[in-house]
Order: sequence, then structure tokens, then C-alpha cells
Amino acid sequence: MAVMNIREAILRTLHEEMERDPDILVLGEDIVGGNGTAGGPEAIGGIWGTTTGLWEKFGPNRVIDTPISESAIVGAAAGAALAGKRPVAELMFADFVGVSLDQLWNQMAKFRYMFGGKTKCPAVVRMVYGAGMQTAAQHSQSVYALLTAMPGLKVVLPTTPADAKGLLTEALRGDDPVMFFEHKALYGVKGEVPDGEYRIPFGQARMVREGGDVTVVACGRMVNFAEKAADKLAAEGIGMDLIDLRTTSPMDEDAILDSVEQTGRLVVVDESPPRCSLAADIAALVSTRAFTSLKAPPEMVTGPHAPIPFSRVLERAWLPSPQTIEGAVRRTLAFR
Amino acid sequence: MLQLGHDALLGAYRRMSTIRAFEERLHDEIKTGEIAGFTHLYAGQEAVAVGICDQLTVEDKIVSTHRGHGHCIAKGCDVKGMMLEIYGRAAGLCKGRGGSMHIADLDVGMLGANGIVGGGAPQAVGAALAAKMDGKGRVGITFSGDGACNQGTTFEAMNLAVVTKAPAIFVFENNHYSEHTGFQYAVGTAQDIASRAEAFGMKAWRANGCDFFDTYETFRELLDYVRAGHGPAAIELDTERFYGHFEGDPQRYRGPGELDRIREKRDCLKAFRTTVTEAGLLTGAELDAVDAEVLALIDEAVAEARAAADPDPATVADDVYAEYY
Ligand SMILES: Cc1ncc(C[n+]2csc(CCOP(=O)(O)OP(=O)(O)O)c2C)c(N)n1
Ligand SMILES: [Mg+2]
Repeated sequence: MAVMNIREAILRTLHEEMERDPDILVLGEDIVGGNGTAGGPEAIGGIWGTTTGLWEKFGPNRVIDTPISESAIVGAAAGAALAGKRPVAELMFADFVGVSLDQLWNQMAKFRYMFGGKTKCPAVVRMVYGAGMQTAAQHSQSVYALLTAMPGLKVVLPTTPADAKGLLTEALRGDDPVMFFEHKALYGVKGEVPDGEYRIPFGQARMVREGGDVTVVACGRMVNFAEKAADKLAAEGIGMDLIDLRTTSPMDEDAILDSVEQTGRLVVVDESPPRCSLAADIAALVSTRAFTSLKAPPEMVTGPHAPIPFSRVLERAWLPSPQTIEGAVRRTLAFR
Repeated sequence: MLQLGHDALLGAYRRMSTIRAFEERLHDEIKTGEIAGFTHLYAGQEAVAVGICDQLTVEDKIVSTHRGHGHCIAKGCDVKGMMLEIYGRAAGLCKGRGGSMHIADLDVGMLGANGIVGGGAPQAVGAALAAKMDGKGRVGITFSGDGACNQGTTFEAMNLAVVTKAPAIFVFENNHYSEHTGFQYAVGTAQDIASRAEAFGMKAWRANGCDFFDTYETFRELLDYVRAGHGPAAIELDTERFYGHFEGDPQRYRGPGELDRIREKRDCLKAFRTTVTEAGLLTGAELDAVDAEVLALIDEAVAEARAAADPDPATVADDVYAEYY
């Protein structure tokens, strides 16, 4: 076991997997960082530090700095995957999914089904998401619900360095397109990471806490916020089952339903607006499949139906927080 | 140069000096930690924004980029309102909702900075088509970088403008970098952006974007051509950015002495001063007085922005729709 942060876990996994599998290539904007400049390639080595050193080790055929062209980046990944390679495309910000959406939505996601199961499309699209750093309406969004809704895509959101390694390895070994979400506020989160080969199957949630009084389901950074609320509530003797989904497609429905059958109370935390959200999806799952277990209406903790604002106070008001999660837990416990 | 009288010259200098002082001050203020988010400084490119916007009317529309402060100031956005916005205050031009990357002021024909590279070009074509409907000779202008010229949206916008004969103007500010990547690498057309516009079927001009007079005069020709109803046109301006891509960028992609060299040899404000004083059009004292007024304005803007009230958190979901919801 080595201790490292999520950024390092992703970087090391890419290095190790590219060494293992010569079919893996990575492409994206500034992932080499310095091409065509006096400083030379690798002058910067990637904006996020998750691709540093790859170009030097694997060369320009496998590590491709692209112009600013998200449609072409994602489309090229789709094509390379159809042609038998294992591309890893990087979107500098998940918001830029908007630019490349057709290549994900109408193309990559549907190839296998449209072609009668004859093909596979093992492309990984890594993208940096999340609010909390005042990056405003076009650089802060958590677009996982949109992609979770699309049949054919798998959606992954690691919250620990070990999960980052295990889930990225799984993505690179699998044969389906995977949307790999990296929260910009979680890159520095440290933890132990298993040595050697380490895979985490998709569709298996992580039980972060077992407390028994209320079920809290979250993903991404909202797991950390929920943990803070859990600490506060634990001091008062309130126990939380905290479920980190890890993947929203496929989703570990059993973990959610099993827990709610015990607690009878559900709080879902989702870093996105409420309409057609993950929160709404899970509330519906529990309402339809565990109705008789419920002792209180499901609580959804989400942002408002609004874009993400720039101003610090407005952004704070927009985002779910440990306090709003705590409030939702108290409401559901108080329901009679 | 000959076309411009004393007041127009002094006004142009004031706007360029305002942009420079605004950006230099932000460069310092960001270090205090009071301004968060992404701030992209326009310093070095002032001659482009001012050389172009000084020839527009309020009814001409511009669409800007992530590096938009210069375009805003040149088009007439209130400097204090911009500073308030960058500090995220309630009295900011966009009520603190947008921040540096999303400043807009429709009243002066500034349709918005844009956080999505390449997001603006089609919108400028839309503004141009609207101008064409009105038939008053107005234009729609998009500012794009050497990076943005690689987006499919830019290509689509150019072709759409050509086939619809829209009075759209594509301004390509080539500052040689998109973030940390050189345009020599990323722009495939033999390091030339204007030729792309030509390939799409429009007339294109090229000018030195660090020289106000070259920019102004070249754009004059282009603007006359577009206003006369010949359809879209493009201009590529060779310019420089004096700071990092964003504040905090270590700029290891620059060559040795590069920043000193461009600040020495390609500073549009210095060049303007030399030209107008040597030609006897303006005196050094007049320019110094403008600089002093500008600095005082920026001081005030920062002091007011620092002291200003934050937005009310209860308003977070206001302004999403124009009508009832
Ligand atoms: C669609 C999209 N892709 C990538 C980015 C990230 N990004 C912001 S600015 C920039 C470089 C833009 O370069 P250029 O167009 O030359 O403008 P400059 O920064 O030089 O003014 C990049 C890649 C973005 N904001 N939007
Ligand atoms: Mg550029």
C-alpha cells in the first residue's frame, strides 16, 4: 500500500496500464502541454497533472496533444476504439461535453446496439467536473446525470485514491465506453492505494458508514460532505448508512434498497439541479421498489433549478453542504 | 493615423491605457486571494480591441471570449461595473452571477464574454443576420483566438456567414498560444489563420495587432467592405499576451527572455506614444495626464468593489427565465 492523492493515483494508473497494454492511447488539449512552443513538449505536462510524463515515455503516437476541438477529440476516440484501440480522451472540463455531445450521445453510446452487438467501443472519456471554486456557470457543472441517462455509456465517479485506481483500471480493461468523472476539488484527497493490479467491478457501491438510522446515498464530492454531516450527527447518537455509489451506470440498486429496508429513511445528495437528476432517479427507485419500508418521504439534497453562479456567496447557496445534508437527515428522522 | 483627430487619438489612448491598467491591477489583486475563479488578462492585445471597437457604433454587436476584459472596455462597458462583477458583487454588471468570464452588457452591444472556446462565433453570425434584417449597415463581430479557430463551431460559423452573405466579421487574435500549446503546432494551415477564412470564401485581411494604427487602418478597409453589403470578412491580428494564460500560469512554454522581448518590442501602448509624440499629434504630458486619470479610476473601482455588498444568497435561482416559472 502506498499513500497518494487522487491525482497521483490516476497518473500512475495511466502509466502502468499504458506500459501493460500497447493499444492504449491518450488524447486531449494540453495533455502534453508545450507542443509548438520554445519550452517544448512537456513544458507543462498537462493542466491537471494527470498526464505528466506520458509523452516522454510513450511518444507522440500514443500521447496526442490536440487542438481545441472537443467534437473531434471524442469522435476520434470513438473511431480509434472501433478500430481496435483503447483510447483515453480527456475533456479539460466536463462542461465541454456540450461541445462533443453528438459523438458521445448519438455515436459512441449506440454503436454496439445499432450494430447488433457485433462491435465494442472501449473508449474512456476522462473529464474534470464540479463546483466550489468559483469557476462559474460553464466550468463547474456535474453532468453525470445527463450521461447516466444515456443507454450504452458507463459512468464512474471515484472519491478516494484507491477507487480512482480500481475504477480506472476496470475502465481500461473493459469493452464499453466509460465516462470517468474527476472532481476538481478532490484531486488532493489522500489515501492508501493497493499495489499491483487492482480492479473494482462497476455497479458495486462502497459502504462508507453503517449507522442504521438513515440511508444517505451520494456520489463524488457529496460523499465527503455527507461524511461531515455523519460525524456531527454521530456525536448525537444518530447513525448514518452512507453509500458512495462509485458508478451511476451501472448502479448498485441492491445496496440502496437493502439499506433502506433497514432504515426506512432515505436522503439522496446530488451536486446538480433537481429535475431529472440522480437524486430524483434514486428517490423514484426507492419509492417504487421499497415503498413499504419507507417511514418518511425521500429527501433530495440538490442545487436549485439554476446554473451555477460565480459569486462566492451565491455559489455556496447553490451547492449542497454538510449543513443542508444534516438538515435533510433531521427532517426525515422527525417525520411522523 | 491621418484620419484621426486629436480627441479621437486621445480617446483611443485612454481606452488602451484603461485596459492595461485594469489588467495590471487585477494581476496584483488576484494575488491577495480576494478574486477567485478564472481570470484571463488581455494586457498586450489592447490595440486590437480598441483599434476595432473604436470604429463601431452601439448598434454593432460584438461577441467576446474568455479573455474578454479588453473587448468589454473598448466597447464601452462600465469599468466600475466590470470590477464589481469580477469581485462577484451584487452591483456588478451581471449581479455577480457571471464573473470575469461572463461579462456582458447588451446596452453597449457587448453580447458576452464566453467560457466556451469557440462558443461565440455562431452567435456573431446570428447578430449579423439580425443586422441584415434591419438593413441599417450594422455588423456582428466575433473575437476568436488562435486556439478557438480550431473549433468546429468557428468553421461552421464561417461557412454559414458566407452562404448567407451575413455582415459578420471574424477577428482572429493570434497571440501564438492556446493555453500552453503553440499555434505552430495547433494551427495546421501553414501557421496562417486568415487563409482559412479565405478558403471558406470570404475576404481576409492581416495586420500587426501590436500596432494600433495598422490595426485601425486595416480594419477600416474591412469594415467599409462589410458595411457595403459584400458579406462576411475576416482579419488576423498578430499580437502578444503579456501575462500567463490564466493567473498563476508558470509559463514554462515561453522561450528565454521572451516576455522581456515582447514587452520591449511589441508593446502597443509604447508604440502608440512614440508614434503620436514624434508626429506632434499629442504631447507626452497629455498622455501622462490620461494615464494618471486612468490609474485614479482603477483605484476607485477596486476600492469600491472591495467594499461593495455581496449578492443576497436568497436570489440564487432568480434570473433563470425571463417570464414566470
Ligand atoms: C470548449 C472549450 N475547450 C477548452 C477550453 C479551455 N480553454 C480555455 S482558454 C483556452 C485556450 C484558448 O486559446 P485562444 O483561443 O488562442 O485564446 P487565448 O487564450 O490565447 O486568448 C482553452 C483551451 C474552454 N474554455 N472551452
Ligand atoms: Mg491564443
